Amino acid sequence: MKNPITGLNKVFDNRIRLGVMSILVVNEEVSFNDLKQMLEVTDGNLATHLLHLEENGYLKVKKGFIGKKTNTTYSVTKAGEKAFSDHIAALENMIREVK
Amino acid sequence: MNDQNQQSLDTLQDIKRMMERSSRFISLSGLSGIAAGTIALIGAALARNMLNAYYQKYDDAGYSGSAFRSLKLDLLLLGMGVLVAALIISFYFTWRKARHDKQSVWNSSSKRLIINMMIPLISGGLFVLSMLGYDQWQFVAPACLIFYGLALVNASKYTLTDVRYLGIVQIILGLINTQYINLGLYFWAAGFGLMHIVYGIIMWWKYERKEQTV
Repeated sequence: MKNPITGLNKVFDNRIRLGVMSILVVNEEVSFNDLKQMLEVTDGNLATHLLHLEENGYLKVKKGFIGKKTNTTYSVTKAGEKAFSDHIAALENMIREVK
Repeated sequence: MNDQNQQSLDTLQDIKRMMERSSRFISLSGLSGIAAGTIALIGAALARNMLNAYYQKYDDAGYSGSAFRSLKLDLLLLGMGVLVAALIISFYFTWRKARHDKQSVWNSSSKRLIINMMIPLISGGLFVLSMLGYDQWQFVAPACLIFYGLALVNASKYTLTDVRYLGIVQIILGLINTQYINLGLYFWAAGFGLMHIVYGIIMWWKYERKEQTV
């Protein structure tokens, strides 16, 4: 029997990283502040997880300005989208196989 | 094994919730619909009284007389008043619900919702005003209904999908109205009054009833 856990992506075993990806796959571009508000996390915590996702090549980062304030926005890469949909498929498979 | 199954299910539900919360503005309150609909019905009743009063004093001057000019102005002001009152009160209930859900009313999803709703709505508003400019008042009610319906259908992509059905009903009412052109006020009252109230009650029943009892 195939091990159902093999399809799960380690990067997404964290709730915040999973949340970031869930938000980014359905939105073209989301700012740091919007992510922070939606996930209810601290700046530092969010930044660490975003960096982790970026290092895995799942995120594109765009730094810009609104007036004098910095405005960093994030969007998902092709690789990120694929990794995320594989992860969801693996979760769904697990449920199906147990039934 | 069952535990793991439950965990995967929870994770998937988490993902779905995050996707919805981030891309759609879901704090629209059913009470907003009920309140806006009630105001529309009151407005329609006032308009009917104005029209009745006008026809009782109807004189030979007809559509070009000063009585008709002041009637048109009164109706226009009434319409604007109803619009402003309905917007304020429906905003209030939605703001209350957003606060209850610990969401902000002014975020990227509500901005997207408003922009996409405003495109057909402002076009419709300007269209109706220019019709009035040519003294073409017969098609005001159907045009209001149709453009408002289109605005809702467009906005439904950014909020509760149920809004789409309300939009389709408004469009259909508007189109039927074009065939019964003298009954504009009644169609207007049915669309903006009755349908809003029905929709509001359904929404409240579907999404908010449970929260209240908790």
